[in-house]
Amino acid sequence: MKKFLIPLGLFLGLVIFLAVGLNRDPREIPSPLVGKPAPAFSLNTLDANAPKFGPQDMKGKVWMLNVWATWCVACREEHPVLVAFSKANQLPIVGLSYKEVQPQDEPSGKKFTPEEKLQFARDRSALWLKRHGNPYVLSAMDLDGRVGIDYGVYGVPETYVIDKDGVIRYKRVGVVTPELLQSTILPLVQKLNAS
Amino acid sequence: MIVEIGHFALILAACVALVQGVLPLAGTLNDNQRWQALAKPAATLQFLLIAFSFAVLAHGALTDDFSIKYIAGHSNSLLPTQYKFASVWGGHEGSLLLWMLMLSGWTLAVAIFSRTLPLAMVARVIGILGLVSTGFLMFILITSSPFERLLPAPADGKDLNPLLQDPGLVIHPPMLYMGYVGFSVAFAFAVSALLSGRMDAAWARWSRPWTIVAWIFMTAGIALGSWWAYYELGWGGWWFWDPVENASLMPWLFGTALIHALMVTDKRGGFKAWSVLLAIGAFSLSLLGTFLVRSGVLTSVHAFASDPKRGVFILIFLAVVVGVSLTLFAWRAPKATLGGKMGLVSRESMLITNSVLLVVATGAVLLGTIYPLIVDALNLGKLSVGAPYFNAVFVPLMVPVVFLMVPGGIAHWREARWAQLGHDLRLPALAAVLAGIAIWTLTERGTWLTAMGLALATWVVVGLLTQIAIRLKKPGRIPPSFWGMHLAHLGIAVITVGITMVKSYEVERDVRMGLNDTVTIENYSFELVGVSDVNGPNYKAIRGDVKVTKDGKYLEMLYPEKRKYFSSAMPMTEAGIDSGFFRDLYVSLGEPIEGERLQWSVRVFYKPFVSWLWYGAILMVLGGLLAVSDRRYRKSATTLA
Repeated sequence: MKKFLIPLGLFLGLVIFLAVGLNRDPREIPSPLVGKPAPAFSLNTLDANAPKFGPQDMKGKVWMLNVWATWCVACREEHPVLVAFSKANQLPIVGLSYKEVQPQDEPSGKKFTPEEKLQFARDRSALWLKRHGNPYVLSAMDLDGRVGIDYGVYGVPETYVIDKDGVIRYKRVGVVTPELLQSTILPLVQKLNAS
Repeated sequence: MIVEIGHFALILAACVALVQGVLPLAGTLNDNQRWQALAKPAATLQFLLIAFSFAVLAHGALTDDFSIKYIAGHSNSLLPTQYKFASVWGGHEGSLLLWMLMLSGWTLAVAIFSRTLPLAMVARVIGILGLVSTGFLMFILITSSPFERLLPAPADGKDLNPLLQDPGLVIHPPMLYMGYVGFSVAFAFAVSALLSGRMDAAWARWSRPWTIVAWIFMTAGIALGSWWAYYELGWGGWWFWDPVENASLMPWLFGTALIHALMVTDKRGGFKAWSVLLAIGAFSLSLLGTFLVRSGVLTSVHAFASDPKRGVFILIFLAVVVGVSLTLFAWRAPKATLGGKMGLVSRESMLITNSVLLVVATGAVLLGTIYPLIVDALNLGKLSVGAPYFNAVFVPLMVPVVFLMVPGGIAHWREARWAQLGHDLRLPALAAVLAGIAIWTLTERGTWLTAMGLALATWVVVGLLTQIAIRLKKPGRIPPSFWGMHLAHLGIAVITVGITMVKSYEVERDVRMGLNDTVTIENYSFELVGVSDVNGPNYKAIRGDVKVTKDGKYLEMLYPEKRKYFSSAMPMTEAGIDSGFFRDLYVSLGEPIEGERLQWSVRVFYKPFVSWLWYGAILMVLGGLLAVSDRRYRKSATTLA
């Protein structure tokens, strides 16, 4: 008689896996960078008068690096969440402005200097942040996307949590939601701050 | 206002479905004939209510009522009329409503065609379908109502996904859903047999035509999807082992196994429990497919906008429906009587072996499909399972299935004699071996797999000719189901040839082409003679004019397009295909490549026998239709009742 219970047993096993799977996001891709030191860089920031910025400047602090761009539609969805979160002053949020829109050289001959391109991108980003709110303590300008390659940027927006020793502790590909902040990021930040 | 009435009709339908699910079933327990008799009118009323609410949504789509959130999200005023109608099932909510329309339609069909069945059996079957229907209607009403308003209404809709704006995709989902939903009838018959405790040949005979009809729809739906992927996606492929494709393949495999197992149960009274299990399994896999597609647990090109709440609901529904049925199975199936004795070599032994192989193949596909999920659930990391796994496990399981089709059709019921079987199989075996050797020696690029594939196809074709010859020698009228079976089996042989040839001899070139550049494959030269802008009703396209010559002689022009739809930035490829009986020429236009001189990335394919895949599917569908047209299924009602 027992053999007639086999299908039911197999099915129940399947249901358990499906139930666990429901709470997982198949798009959440583990990053080989988690647990490794944040790759160093030195980039201009949004503020033309400020010095160049690199992760080493944040030593001793738990901080968040958020990859964004004015051309990124999903960032608009995420942005109000970050703005509200920044007001709570839980940790400094640094922006990484990824491949911001720049004027293109024209085939006919008009070429833009790197300074002109940077200024264009700065103006564009500043205008966007003025309109949507600025959650960032500063925003580094990764114009050619080289830093993005070092960080393995998979899609914009992306968010990293980096600890006091400059080690990446968390990576999120895609939009940060209030639930994610509450359930994962905040507890992690508190733990890192305590250590 | 009319939209709200449509919504209300759907709520009423859920109430009616609950009545249809509870009272007739309760009536069979306390022998209340009046309650049992409620089944048919309830099924009719439920169908009318759902048809009304479907009509309301369709009306909204055709009249551009963008105050309906669903229409605003899936249609657009510029959309051609036929696609406005198709947008009704272009998204999650509407496609569920279509699903329900079909479920209630199938139930109505059972109510209409069951006049000669015993009342209690009808009450059980329609009651079970009513319970399934209640679950789905609750799902729609609670998590996925297509009647939500969007106020103020936007000026225009977001448009139907451009991938779906294609005649192939207008009919592909309804066909597939008819198949998925159709298996609910076989399921209801099986559970009703378990409930009554009377697992006799009658329910098997009754399930057979319903199963075949569902299988026909499913076959057509899968083939259409594959055909669409072939000409629309521009990758030149026809099966990608995508989770959603697998979700349709699994119930199809079970359905195929069920058709053959039911034959044994009907003719010989054997393997009742096995047939019941297959019937439960086929529908369970349909539900599982729904879960995998709609809950977002797997990533797929077919991804619907997913919502965890929906996933939880479907999972609970799946657990209840399948859990209860399998518990009932474990409780009641042991009481099934054994059928007539069966020899080791007999028609039934081969049919059952084949159905076991099909079930194992389904298990392999299921494992590959949900393996990423299992590994993730066990915290072992993230991975994806691709075509190499599926090809490696699926093909070796299908080879014996196709092989056994021939002796399975020739062998006698009960006990076949080896000598007789060997005598009858001489010719097919000889033909197959000769075909294999011929391919092996005559062609250059073929491998042993090519030889085996073509030998197998020859084996099936000569085998079925042998069976027809044997049958013609016997007296008596040959029923249409006999021809139907052989037509469907011929379809399998044709598909085998198609797969073997295209896998062995296809040629693909990825090239950069500027104006007047030429690429040559297999005697065919493709020259890009022009690139022009084309305007469609709701898109702009760049069209390549490709001149094809064979051995220097002009053959034809092909026009691959790269389309950009106004409403979404998503570029779409329309491949230029010359479809022939023995080969397809396939050109798809890719991205422009900036450089000193403007070039385009172009993909050119030479695909031998690829259309045989769809010819085979057409033969299988025709075979299925011939089989259900058999008068036996209608006549049997009076003799069995």
